[in-house]
Amino acid sequence: MRSSLLALALLLPFAGCGAAEDSRQTVDFWAMGAEGERALPLIQEFEAAHPDIHIRVEQVPWNAAHEKLLTAFAGNSLPDVCQLGNTWIAEFAALGALEDLTERVEMSSDIDKRDYFAGVWNSNVVAGLTMGLPWYVDTRLLFYRTDLLKAAGHDKPPATWAEWMQALRDVQARQPPGSYAILLPVNEFEQPMILGLEVGAEMLRDNAQYGNFSGERFREAFRFYVNIFREGLAPKLSNTRISNVWQEFERGTFAMYITGPWNVGEFRRRMSPGMEDKWSTAPWPRPPHGPASSNAGGASLVLFKNSPHKDAAWEFIKFLQQPRQQIRFNELTGNLPPGQKAWQDSGLLDDKKFAAFYEQLKNVTPAPAAPEWEQIMTGEFVKTAEAVINGGADMDEALKALDDKVNQLLEKRRWMLARKSASPTFEH
Amino acid sequence: MAYLLITDVAPAATQKQVPTGSQPRLWGLPAGWWFVAPALAIIFLFFLAPIFASLLLSFTDFDIYALADWRNLRFVGLDNYHQLFNTPRFWTALKNTLYFVLLGGPLSVATSLGAALLLEAKATRFKALWRTVFFAPVVTTLVAVAVVWRYLYHTQYGLINHLLAALHIGPIDWMGSPRWAMPAIILLAVWKNFGYNMVIFMAGLQSIPRELYEAAEVDGASPTRRFWHVTMPMLGPTFLFVGVTTMIGLFQLFAEPYVMTQGGPLDSTYSLVMLMYEQGFRWWRLGFASSVAFVLFALTLAATSIQLRLQRRSAA
Repeated sequence: MRSSLLALALLLPFAGCGAAEDSRQTVDFWAMGAEGERALPLIQEFEAAHPDIHIRVEQVPWNAAHEKLLTAFAGNSLPDVCQLGNTWIAEFAALGALEDLTERVEMSSDIDKRDYFAGVWNSNVVAGLTMGLPWYVDTRLLFYRTDLLKAAGHDKPPATWAEWMQALRDVQARQPPGSYAILLPVNEFEQPMILGLEVGAEMLRDNAQYGNFSGERFREAFRFYVNIFREGLAPKLSNTRISNVWQEFERGTFAMYITGPWNVGEFRRRMSPGMEDKWSTAPWPRPPHGPASSNAGGASLVLFKNSPHKDAAWEFIKFLQQPRQQIRFNELTGNLPPGQKAWQDSGLLDDKKFAAFYEQLKNVTPAPAAPEWEQIMTGEFVKTAEAVINGGADMDEALKALDDKVNQLLEKRRWMLARKSASPTFEH
Repeated sequence: MAYLLITDVAPAATQKQVPTGSQPRLWGLPAGWWFVAPALAIIFLFFLAPIFASLLLSFTDFDIYALADWRNLRFVGLDNYHQLFNTPRFWTALKNTLYFVLLGGPLSVATSLGAALLLEAKATRFKALWRTVFFAPVVTTLVAVAVVWRYLYHTQYGLINHLLAALHIGPIDWMGSPRWAMPAIILLAVWKNFGYNMVIFMAGLQSIPRELYEAAEVDGASPTRRFWHVTMPMLGPTFLFVGVTTMIGLFQLFAEPYVMTQGGPLDSTYSLVMLMYEQGFRWWRLGFASSVAFVLFALTLAATSIQLRLQRRSAA
């Protein structure tokens, strides 16, 4: 603590004096994970087309990205353009760190808002303003072993929650001890969250000022989720305990798994060639009422407000948004393009395993846009779910206790919103 | 913190009385003050002021909102502390940290002393080589060490389980089981750090006058009795120093679980400093994180004073 503050104090005077004057403008671009490395061909092409702009890429590992971005914000050393997980957009918008892109999007003839999946686009909108543009999308859906389901009497993937439960039970009946119908790692919040989104549960209510996990809708979703464990259809394990998902899926240790598009390539690469016909993907089964919606995940490109090279940076963002570049990015990284045109032109739709994602992406819902969301889910929700699944805590009581904790975390947000509405002249 | 205490621990330096009246003065202050002024200024600026600032911070709700706009900062009094004591994870972290300190501390000191005695023994050959070997982990990067130890601890292919299997024990899921993760971390930490204290113990052993051993030998004392009645009492000040610095260091448990287990499984290796780090730099709740820092400070201070008192009493 002490030494970090010290480091911060020492670094502050130096922040913001990078970028030596070159004849070219230098646009700093932070990319997370492998994207920064694999997207280099796109960047070279952009630089070739714009000789006056130089893109300086810095790769930031995903698990350190959030800390690094906040520290950079505190030290006024944010880059010009950044890849940002779209669940973080609300947070950085609340900090006032993001440039509002609404006007630039409207003025631009290159960007057609209608081409993007609506749910994904909306995950970039905070209080009616467009704060980022989707770079790639991901959503989770059902991966299943066609052979194991068929053997249990299910020729088609389950389409409704009821069919799903039935399929889980039928598969489980044929599984040897130690094997399960489905794998739902207990420390991942995405699965129960998506079930909640499916039934239209408002997990935070009143403009995300209060927790609403104990509301009727979410309770319904959570009950469905917990019952899978209580009936012994899924192992009560966290994902750190399963070292090789691909191998276990091939062995049939579990017949269903909920994961994202990145695993389509991984499964193909890591399982034996003969497995290709024995598994597939399917959109989420429908809840008793409402459509089968999934989460609108992915990463966006944002422009920071303090950037001195906004126009050059915007050129770069626009370049990466071209359907042609979306397709190339998909080829380079395996990430799914956010625009429908790129899907149609790239032939992704012909791949059955990706086609399910396309269907699902037409119906996705963003997670609540509160800066505290990630802390609520990874810090509190996961603990609650583990306590109910592993510790046998009472479901309704645990959700009520969760709401109390969430309300505590949201206290500051309520105070700020109340103050803002009390004095309308107060700037955002 | 540490060096304030060392002056306490080190054998009392011979203090010469300087007649204060005869000192030259500059602007009313004795000249000596001006000589230490640069050092004092640095200590104040980079040590005392940040501590004071973080104490103030712990009475506020400083967070990302306040970072964006100072008007979003509120003075909350003791709320952070109140909230902290009502956080179940704080108690888990406290329990884990104490477990680590209480088991790791004695183990680490005993290992260091054992290694020092072995190296100082007359029969030992290649002393310089062994000293280097034992000291090497101290100067090795923890991240590199962690990679190797993750292999050692691997449930199926790890060397440790391989050896245990020869004794018909195991296999133990070192990193995956809530019961074994902390012992595994302690083992790693002891191995990583015992070399440092070993060197200090060696210095302590070397400063014991030969005559004492010779006299004891003449009196017919066995090697065991010589150890308990000559070596141990003479090592008293060294023990105090090693004990206090080791304990302070162990309370700061962070890097080992951060790279090995991320605090898991089931929070079994989640430490106070990890809680502080997560609150402070993951969620950017610096006010709350500062309150964790001061609770940790108070704990360390209390534990150190207890240790000082106990050892003074036993020395008296």
